[in-house]
Amino acid sequence: MNKFIFSDCTSVDAALSQMTGEAVVKAGGVDVLDRMKNGVIEPAKLVNITNIPSLRGIHETETGVRLGALVTLAELGDHPLLQSQYTVLADAAGHAATPQIRNAATLGGNLMQKVHCWYYRSADFACLRKGHDMCFAYDGLNQYHAIFDTNVCPSVAPSSTAVALSALNASVELTSAKGKRLVPVREFYIKPDDKHPTMETVIAPDELLTAVLIPKPAAGTRSAYQKYGEKSSYDWAIADAGVVLEMQGDVCRKAAIVLGAASPTPRLAVDAAALLVGKPITEETARAAGLAAMQGATPLSMNGYKVQLFPVAIYRTILLAAGKMDRDPSAAG
Amino acid sequence: MADSGQFTGDGESSATTSVSEGTAKSNISRRGFLRGAGITAASTALIDGVQLLHREAAAETIKGNAHVRELGPGPVPVTLNVNGTEHVVQIEPRTTLADALRTHLGMTGTKVVCDHGACSGCTVTLDKVPVNSCMTLAIEVGSRRIGTIEGIAQNGQLHPLQVAFVKHDAMQCGFCTPGMVMSCSALLERNPKPTLADVKKAVSGNLCRCATYPKVFAATLEAAGVAPEKSIS
Repeated sequence: MNKFIFSDCTSVDAALSQMTGEAVVKAGGVDVLDRMKNGVIEPAKLVNITNIPSLRGIHETETGVRLGALVTLAELGDHPLLQSQYTVLADAAGHAATPQIRNAATLGGNLMQKVHCWYYRSADFACLRKGHDMCFAYDGLNQYHAIFDTNVCPSVAPSSTAVALSALNASVELTSAKGKRLVPVREFYIKPDDKHPTMETVIAPDELLTAVLIPKPAAGTRSAYQKYGEKSSYDWAIADAGVVLEMQGDVCRKAAIVLGAASPTPRLAVDAAALLVGKPITEETARAAGLAAMQGATPLSMNGYKVQLFPVAIYRTILLAAGKMDRDPSAAG
Repeated sequence: MADSGQFTGDGESSATTSVSEGTAKSNISRRGFLRGAGITAASTALIDGVQLLHREAAAETIKGNAHVRELGPGPVPVTLNVNGTEHVVQIEPRTTLADALRTHLGMTGTKVVCDHGACSGCTVTLDKVPVNSCMTLAIEVGSRRIGTIEGIAQNGQLHPLQVAFVKHDAMQCGFCTPGMVMSCSALLERNPKPTLADVKKAVSGNLCRCATYPKVFAATLEAAGVAPEKSIS
């Protein structure tokens, strides 16, 4: 890890004043230190925001909940209100990484973590997503890579809380010296394109992610998240799904299905969700939605298995959300 | 990280105000011998290091803004409360808590295995909450109380959890054991009567390549006075 100035800030204004040039913002530090240890980034300054009190806390409001950027994944996973009314988020945070990581990792950091690809995260590969001119994953080892939106960079979105928040149609609050703006999580992440391959989110260099706002769920809303990995104790997702259902009696009135580890950004499976609307949730409808979510998949040389795994993850998570199936004991986390 | 303290660590540990009992031993151990050999080989590097320390002594700058403290990049004094004792170490901001404990305070009970938060071998507690010391900067610990494996036994008496680990032979190579014990002792602190599922969850981040998990589960349940369940694995 390179040497750096540690700029310890106790207010948002102070942190904003420090975010210049080579500075990198650090909260829990899990993703930032990992990339520094890999030599992928060598920031001259770390702006520490963990001592800013206003970024803490889970607050119930008239319109939903407001989550401070520094709320830890453990706090999200253990929170009774989130467990009961925003289950998909509590599940996603509570099953991310390890207990030790969940105690340190923050919601803001989890949302801001960089995409997953071992070429991108290695200093030995000057890849497209790091601002160079080629992608190593197409002809290389790509078993954990994307099966959608693979045309520029087939890395995957790693944040499980982003999957949940996208399903809940939450927004992130971005603060700069000029003021605040809200951006829906569904519009926060950017698919890599040829012109701006290095951009991952719409956040500007002078903006700090300060909070997440989730709208109050409509009556009859049920939700769930499940993640599949190579081992069950803890793992990065190779396929994960967040499902939010708005039920009226037995009939589904509204549905959102979001996939992680499928694309460089959390993927909203709109057509699959539409198949559930106006019908009771049954094994048949859940299966049909899972299969429909794979329409248009473009798997790479080594990850065709994901096209079979995702429908199972989606089907089981729809039934879990509807209360018609237990949590899968073989799911990860 | 091996890169931050290999040679400078021993030189800087002289700046420590108090050193734990274990490191003050005068008898020659394997580790002590290696450390001594390292100092000889690296004496010139040390002198460079000391000069660097002075050059970068612009250690702490309090900016006009009272809400910003700029520290480093050179060594700065940091107070760490480890197992109830305060230590002052001179460390660079990039020094992880694991490195500060092992290299600067000589507390080598905490093991660094993957150095990326992926194995939990380096688990310590901050105010009784288990975290990865390899992914925590020592400078950001602040006033939180650090608990390490060296603080588990009290007054020369093994903790009941340690006794149970010995009885159940809950280790093979032993490298993951300090992290396992820290995870399990933190569990028993917050939940004195855990179920098997609770124990499994508590150590779900602790990798053991020897696969001693069933014995770790049995030892932890016994230490808690909980009857073992029929199938422990």
